[in-house]
Amino acid sequence: MKVKQLSVFLENKPGALSRPAELLAKARLNILTLSIADTQRFGILRFIVAEWEKAKALLEREGFVVNVADMVAIEVADEPGGLARVLGALEKTPVNVEYMYGFTLRREGKGLLAFRFNDPDGAIEALRKKGIYPVRSVELFKGAEQ
Amino acid sequence: MLMTKHDARKNRSFHPVSAPDFLPLPQLRDLQLQRLKATVQRADDHVGLFRKRMADRGMTPQDVQGLADLAKLPFTQKTDLRDTYPFGLFASPMKEIVRLHASSGTTGKPIVVAYTQPDVQVWTNVMLRSFAACGLHEGDIIQNAYGYGLFTGGLGAHYGAEALGATVIPISGGNTQRQLMVMKDFGVTAICCTPSYFLHLIDQAAEAGVNIKELPLHTGVFGAEPWTESMRRRIEQDSGIKAYDIYGLTEIIGPGVAMECACQAGPHIFEDYFYPEIIDSQTGAPCADGEEGELVLTTLGKQAMPMIRYRTRDITALTAEPCECGRTLRRIKRISRRADDMFIIRGINVYPSQIETALLKVEGALPHYQIILTREKGLDVMEVQVEVTPEVFGDTVGALERLQETLTKSIETTVGLRANVRLVQPRTLQRSEGKAKRVLDQRKM
Repeated sequence: MKVKQLSVFLENKPGALSRPAELLAKARLNILTLSIADTQRFGILRFIVAEWEKAKALLEREGFVVNVADMVAIEVADEPGGLARVLGALEKTPVNVEYMYGFTLRREGKGLLAFRFNDPDGAIEALRKKGIYPVRSVELFKGAEQ
Repeated sequence: MLMTKHDARKNRSFHPVSAPDFLPLPQLRDLQLQRLKATVQRADDHVGLFRKRMADRGMTPQDVQGLADLAKLPFTQKTDLRDTYPFGLFASPMKEIVRLHASSGTTGKPIVVAYTQPDVQVWTNVMLRSFAACGLHEGDIIQNAYGYGLFTGGLGAHYGAEALGATVIPISGGNTQRQLMVMKDFGVTAICCTPSYFLHLIDQAAEAGVNIKELPLHTGVFGAEPWTESMRRRIEQDSGIKAYDIYGLTEIIGPGVAMECACQAGPHIFEDYFYPEIIDSQTGAPCADGEEGELVLTTLGKQAMPMIRYRTRDITALTAEPCECGRTLRRIKRISRRADDMFIIRGINVYPSQIETALLKVEGALPHYQIILTREKGLDVMEVQVEVTPEVFGDTVGALERLQETLTKSIETTVGLRANVRLVQPRTLQRSEGKAKRVLDQRKM
């Protein structure tokens, strides 16, 4: 139910993003989705790839610090109210969203939301109770290949 | 009780040439006085600058009748070596001098030092005693990664290790991949280099597929730059070796002025050749036993370049407390800062070691860091760049901002000054293969 996301520390300076991008490209590791969080001084590149262990080892060998986090991916209808429904399911639970980002896989008119919850397992349980089922990694990457 | 590897080494750490380490004190003091008198006489006879300074004080060598009289003699400073560059302080004619070394001058000309054949023997003797003190002996394979050349480190350690009967690998500094290959393939048991370079080797070993913990390497003789107990702990934990602190300086002889014994309780000064004093570096007044101040050294057996009361700029304390090893030689506290390293920012004296303490408090292990001083609109700014480690890196901006803030606060409490903490990517700060450059002063005065 959980999907591994890698985060890489980057300094906020020109070209900082190119090196990890080139490394992943050379190793033919396809990035399913990514987001960047930044401040004036530093940034965090977050991304999801199928072969995350390989990507992690590769980046670490090149001197990057890499963090692995459990994400919960949820498929929503690509229409107004999709996100609100998910968040609504978590109301009145102790689960918090640390951050999230959305992306579309352009299949069946659906969008995907990647959530970093403070308590991924708690979130999955709360969502299921409301009939919302997170996407499994296998299905996620199958989708990406189509 | 089982005898540990460490205890075993302690027991066999006696080499016949180490006998002077254990001289009864009255005998040691008597020897020191005889040698001091001869050194003062020699300097007065042959070194113009010293003779003039003695004359200015109305003193002659005969005024030195006891070790306490040393305090009346003039100091020698690094600037004296620069002012008399290259050969002005030599007390031997060139035909008796068999070796010249020079220390890199960060500002202007280097300083030049000379050795007669007997001086080289003295140096070899103290280096041999240094290796013996930490339990090395014939049969050990010593990788000497101190630089060979004008720098005293390489040749000083080389002669001592050969005299010990060990096998020396004169690999010199640099070329990390080759260092690791040799360490592994030659079955190296001991290494000599700067502590920061060894940390660099540890960093690189994992990537080169070498596990230092599984190698026969058991001893490191580290010096030529100030380091800390936390660095020692990190080295010992990450490589499984014992790390010993060796102290020396070009102006006095090179490495081998003082060396730790197996007890690792601070370097013992080879007092039969180097007489130590601790002074207040501002006033020049002597400090009490155990009090921290600037180390001042007088050579007691050198011919080509006798040094009388040389101000080392190294801040330490001297202890006469008996050491478990039985050596009667006094010990200095680990030198973690230099009077020269101190920088003044907005009127506050700061030592890099204070910044280290502050970083260590937050992170638990010392990260690579660098201090950069700039002047913005007439105001001094201190930036501390800290490499992000996997241990402290989380995936949220908030966690990193909190880390930045905690580091800033820790520095502020320790130093009394706010620094801009900048988190940087690993391996972006310069790793010197020699001395670690901790402070970059870019202020235009």
